Amino acid sequence: MDVSTIFLLSIYAMLINNVVLMQFLGICPYLGVSRKIETSLGMGMAVIFVMTLATALTWIVERGILVPFDIVFLRTIAFILIIAALVQFVEIFMKKMMPALYQSLGIYLPLITTNCAILGTAILAVQKDYNFLTALVFAVATGMGFLIAIVMFASIRERLDTADMPEIMKGVPAALITASILSMAFMGFAGLVRM
Amino acid sequence: MATEQTVGKLMKNGLWSENPVFVLLLGMCPTLGVTSSVENGLGMGIATAFVLVMSNLVISMLRKVIPKKMRIPCFIVIIASFVTIVEMLMQAFSPALYRSLGLFIPLIVVNCIVLGRAEAFASKNGLFKSMVDGVAMGAGFTLALAAMGAVRELLGNGTLLNVNMVGSSYHPVLMMIMPPGAFLTLGFLLALMNWINRKAAARKEA
Repeated sequence: MDVSTIFLLSIYAMLINNVVLMQFLGICPYLGVSRKIETSLGMGMAVIFVMTLATALTWIVERGILVPFDIVFLRTIAFILIIAALVQFVEIFMKKMMPALYQSLGIYLPLITTNCAILGTAILAVQKDYNFLTALVFAVATGMGFLIAIVMFASIRERLDTADMPEIMKGVPAALITASILSMAFMGFAGLVRM
Repeated sequence: MATEQTVGKLMKNGLWSENPVFVLLLGMCPTLGVTSSVENGLGMGIATAFVLVMSNLVISMLRKVIPKKMRIPCFIVIIASFVTIVEMLMQAFSPALYRSLGLFIPLIVVNCIVLGRAEAFASKNGLFKSMVDGVAMGAGFTLALAAMGAVRELLGNGTLLNVNMVGSSYHPVLMMIMPPGAFLTLGFLLALMNWINRKAAARKEA
């Protein structure tokens, strides 16, 4: 695995196949925690962190336990339990060892268990048969894609709050139409890299 | 009589006044991700409804056995088991649908509607009511997905359930079956729902 593959894979996972705007994973936090730029930044960082850890751990479990014992059909159950346990563990560990980081990311951690982007990325990484390093790069880049998308979205929504618009469009409808336009913009990246 | 009333009320809740997609805004990922056609939307809706009804049933049966502090992991295991069953059934009986829904089938596990109903309803109510709630919420979800699919398929492909509806002179708006179309459709459907509710409220006042 050379540097150019890493670079191409990052561009692919971050921009071309953006996790939120192209694959529709992690829409709940995308709509729910994007009212302020700071909170969206915190959520994005927490997602990158957990996504990388979760993908690494589930990759090891898939190759080390599920495949050798021929119980791949238990993948969904195994992965969701690993992610739930991991999030709990990270929360406890952070609280004890890194109180400053916990202060800023802590409140987003419980929300992440039900973030389908995490489970989705973990499943995609093993479905695509990536090796360990590639899976890690894929997870980090996907998380970065989420961060980019949510911070851009939050900065637009802050402006939208003061905009004058029809009463029925206020709130979520306007946000969704903003997301649609963002998604259109991201379609422009298609074809940049062939994977 | 009383049970008939509750059934009616629960159905109305699931289908309209507490519609999981349009009112509660839960389960957004599959709503946007798989609704490029009515067929996909219906398939996803029915799969989720099945998981919802079965997990509501089992959780309601076990609600006195499951310890309070361990309830979320227990719920997740129960839900994930039914999702695995659905995944295997789909793979065996409708492989085409299985391929087009792809990743979104295992992701039913993290669909907030399923866990949400387990936590908010099935863990507090009896067997029959929980089942009706599962059916109602599942039907509401299926209806919403089918509606999304219908709008997108008609505008983006000129068909409904793969039957041509508009004749050959119509040029499909390809964007509607691509990702931006999903956000756009849901945005306008939510606005429409707001509009209807405001009209109804204004009529009540007058």
